[in-house]
Amino acid sequence: MTSPVVSEAEELVRSGIERVSAADALDDLTELQTELLGKKSRLNAMRAALKDATPEDRKTLGRALNVSRTELERSLTDRRAILTEQVRRAALDAEQLDLTESLGRVRVGHVHPITQTWERLEDVFVGMGFSVEDGPEVETDWFNFEALNLPPSHPARSLWDTLYLDSSEIPGVAPEQLVLRTHTSPVQVRTMMRAVRENSGPPIYVVCPGRVYRRDTADATHLPVFHQIEGLVVDEGITMGDLSGTIEEFTKAYFGESLTSRLRPSFFPFTEPSAEVDISQPDGSWLEVGGCGMVHPNVLRYAGLDPERWTGFAFGFGIDRLAYIRHGVADLRDLVTNDMRFLEQF
Amino acid sequence: MKVPQSWLRDFVPIDLDVEELANVFADLGLEVDGVQHVGEGLEGIVVAEVLDVRKHPDADRICLVDVDLGDGEALQIACGASNMTAGDMIPLATIGTTMPNGMEIAARKMRGEMSNGMLCSPSEIGLGDVTDGILILPAGTELGVSLTEALEIAPDVIWDLDILPNRPDALSIVGVARDLSARLGLPMNVGDPKVSETGSDATSMASVEILDPDLCGRFVARVLSGVTIGESPQWMAQRLAAAGMRPINNVVDVSNYVMLELGQPNHTYDLAKVAGQTLRVRRATEGEAIETLDGVTRILHSSDGVIADGNNRAIGIAGVMGGASTEISDSTEDVLVELAWWDPMSIAVSASTLNLHSEASLRFKRGCDPEIAPFAARRFGELLAETGGSSLHPGVIDEFGNLPSREPVHVRPERVNLVLGTELSADGMANLIEPIGFTTTQSGNDLSDALTVQIPSWRHDSTAEVDVIEEIGRMYGLDRIPKTVPTSPRGGSLGPRQQALRALRRSFVGAGLSEAMPLPFLAPGDLEKCGLSAEGYVVANPLAAEESVLRTSLRPGLLASVAYNAARRINGVRLFELGRVFGAADVIVDISDSAERGVVLAGEREMAAAVLCGSEAPEAVELLDGLLDVLRVGPLILVPEELPGLHPGRSARIEVAGIGVGSVGEVDPGVLDSFEINERVSWLEIDLSIVLSIPTSVVRAQPVSRYPSSDVDLAFVIDDRIPAASLLATIRGASEGLAESVDLFDVFVSRGLGEGKRSLAYRIRFQAPDRTLKDKEVARLREGIIAEVESVHGATLRA
Repeated sequence: MTSPVVSEAEELVRSGIERVSAADALDDLTELQTELLGKKSRLNAMRAALKDATPEDRKTLGRALNVSRTELERSLTDRRAILTEQVRRAALDAEQLDLTESLGRVRVGHVHPITQTWERLEDVFVGMGFSVEDGPEVETDWFNFEALNLPPSHPARSLWDTLYLDSSEIPGVAPEQLVLRTHTSPVQVRTMMRAVRENSGPPIYVVCPGRVYRRDTADATHLPVFHQIEGLVVDEGITMGDLSGTIEEFTKAYFGESLTSRLRPSFFPFTEPSAEVDISQPDGSWLEVGGCGMVHPNVLRYAGLDPERWTGFAFGFGIDRLAYIRHGVADLRDLVTNDMRFLEQF
Repeated sequence: MKVPQSWLRDFVPIDLDVEELANVFADLGLEVDGVQHVGEGLEGIVVAEVLDVRKHPDADRICLVDVDLGDGEALQIACGASNMTAGDMIPLATIGTTMPNGMEIAARKMRGEMSNGMLCSPSEIGLGDVTDGILILPAGTELGVSLTEALEIAPDVIWDLDILPNRPDALSIVGVARDLSARLGLPMNVGDPKVSETGSDATSMASVEILDPDLCGRFVARVLSGVTIGESPQWMAQRLAAAGMRPINNVVDVSNYVMLELGQPNHTYDLAKVAGQTLRVRRATEGEAIETLDGVTRILHSSDGVIADGNNRAIGIAGVMGGASTEISDSTEDVLVELAWWDPMSIAVSASTLNLHSEASLRFKRGCDPEIAPFAARRFGELLAETGGSSLHPGVIDEFGNLPSREPVHVRPERVNLVLGTELSADGMANLIEPIGFTTTQSGNDLSDALTVQIPSWRHDSTAEVDVIEEIGRMYGLDRIPKTVPTSPRGGSLGPRQQALRALRRSFVGAGLSEAMPLPFLAPGDLEKCGLSAEGYVVANPLAAEESVLRTSLRPGLLASVAYNAARRINGVRLFELGRVFGAADVIVDISDSAERGVVLAGEREMAAAVLCGSEAPEAVELLDGLLDVLRVGPLILVPEELPGLHPGRSARIEVAGIGVGSVGEVDPGVLDSFEINERVSWLEIDLSIVLSIPTSVVRAQPVSRYPSSDVDLAFVIDDRIPAASLLATIRGASEGLAESVDLFDVFVSRGLGEGKRSLAYRIRFQAPDRTLKDKEVARLREGIIAEVESVHGATLRA
């Protein structure tokens, strides 16, 4: 026969759990906890009444009351966890945002497409063992032409529409002595001369990216200012086959493994033999990307190197050309007007 | 140069399709600029006669033309050209014709008037470049027949070849044919002109004196009689048109034909009009005048060559243009034809100073074949006999001046293989270049035995071993050379400069700025517009005044870019640029001394600059601070200063390590007004030429304290004139090295603070590397800082 105390405790647990489960606010739960388990609770009173029971009953009934208390506590804890989660969730739901409401507060900067191509080219050549050199944009006639096997009044000088600086105010400088360099090739000469002066080469493996100038009107297909990357290798035993192989390696690294290059005879005063570099296109046509050739013995001589001992090759690509082909820029003037709508595309 | 394939076939029996031949040309270094198919798709074009030409009643630029197709009916055509008159024979594209360019001819109304076909210009039917007039056919062309029948047009392929400066020989049909014959292994047949010679000997009729042997290397002259000036036959007119030359009359046409075919320009004189029947070759006297064939009187320089007559009067400019006084006319009886070799440099100078560039001067300045002249003279006689009924007098006037020597070139087969990367035998090399006219002999059979190579007279560009190596490579085929990759003994790397530029660029982009690349040219006045001094280098020969000044600052270009965007309602632009400027203050060193040739304009500097629109100066300073951190130079010192073109109260000079390296602040609102920029623009500019030369060291890591930190907020009321940087320095100085950070978090201005005063509030975070700071210590530091700031700056702690 069940003790009345036990029956009452079981009833207290049953009705308590029912009320806890029904509570839907944390405050209600706190009140319930005081009512069910607090000092003035029925359970507490029942425990106090045990002091009059027999020692044996006290032990059994005490255990039963403890179990009841534990059960009520657990139900309160479980319910509190649920209600807490509901409150947290409601607070977060109240903060819901439409993530597509963009106010454009964050603006990301963009690197100019010419620079992006420039850096890709540098990276490819660095990977092939070249170091990167640069030189001045205002050059002397000597570096821009003469040391490149283009003596004064050489007819081939007309291949470059040259901009000269007005040097009439500069003492000791004759007219047409200062040019805005028409190509990056003078850096070849400077690099070789420095190697000789500092006794640091050959071997020379360098690329020289930089800005060059031509006397040209800006239109959709021409700019008076553009960029080239020049390559120079000088060592013992360098051959046209080395040039061809280096161009091929570059082609695969820059344009992709499936494309190939060809050399087509051409003419530049500072290289001989000279060639144009064509890159095969997926449609089977050839894209002309630049010129190259074996460094002319006279150029080596001007730079202070013995052409009987050293041979070398040089090549030059148009950086802008590669950039506008890559990105499909239809009007080159877009590259210099700095319209944000253009720059932010890249 | 335009090369009709049919003309090539006169000399070499090529039989390749267009694509194959294009590859052969490319491989020979004869770059194909274009290919044109002519004489195809002309069915439906017939010969018609113009009956009447009148204005369109409602359109000024359109004529109404009645034509007869041979059936006697008048057919009305509307036409944009008006160069025809009644009686002219013209080509008419009849209704239903598909033109070579794909256009279909249909009857249609033009401004209310019917047009029943189209009259054709030469370019529309592939007969030359003329686009601005209808082709007028020779009188007597049969009415109503098809145009191809009337003109005996055969389908042809016209190659537009880009001839390189080192290939003077390829500026002729035979030169191109010679390359093809060698590469394709086909026989080359230049032929032998068949011309009978009658009459008195030319040497008794005229004489030539070369007074300047450096100017004229050879002067061949022959005399012809009995020419009837008239139109050339169709085959010749069409060939010339296909080659891009307008047919004129039989004498001019033969002259051009011989030039194109053999590369020997030539000139004809009415011998009777040459005083004394004597031609004297000399330099012009300075200021000497001559009326040239085009009717223009030209003043010559002493560098120009002339052909003078027996009275020493100039009657032609050597190699450039003939004179008007001896021009051939209908009354001409005896024609003297000149076939000369002129010094290339002299002709280059002359053509350029006179600005007279012609097909003849182009060939002379590249260098002609001095040995072709007698042959070309006979070819001239043969052709003019056929087209003008002339006869050739026996006797050749052949005077020589100084021709370039053609010493044999010694070519070392080993060297050839070394440069090309080939493994050719000496015989193999010889076999490659003999078909293009280089003759070789070898002293022995070894690769070390030199080949003695005689250069052909048409390749005066070839004078050295390397020139012959190039020809061997070209004829071998550059693409056949095995590809090898040389190995750099050092690893590749970016230099410190490139690395620094990349780091800077990353920082700018990270701060939300985009990279600008404006043209570095400025117009006169652009620098003043920016408030900068106007001393920039000037381009001596600019194409346009707007591009005549080199920038001394990146500011004009960046502000122009901002203005460009502002004009398109794009605000808040943030741009940076890394680029060179050219200072006027620094003068070039003496460039005549070869030892100093490594030094150029000291005024060329590498700069970094940025514009932040809708932003005030402090933002630019913060950006600058970050950039200098990236470059690992500092500390940054701002020296407040009025700088040209910048806001006088909001700009400062930047100093690093005691050196001025740039400026920061805001652009002067007056300057912004002149650019029509309506928002504040903050600015920074760093002279990288200086900054990148400051030695830096690798960052050494500082350990981060593991102990708790304590924050203290202090606000000081301080005089406006005292820079926040001074206050900051005082706080730091009084912090006993225990301030982990000192951050300005509030600037407050109020009348209540007193006139000329502001409140600066700092959060100081104290932290020791080795212990937890006690409250008492922090309190002591706080009191010390307050006392120091109050005594040094006369500031008071704001309650």
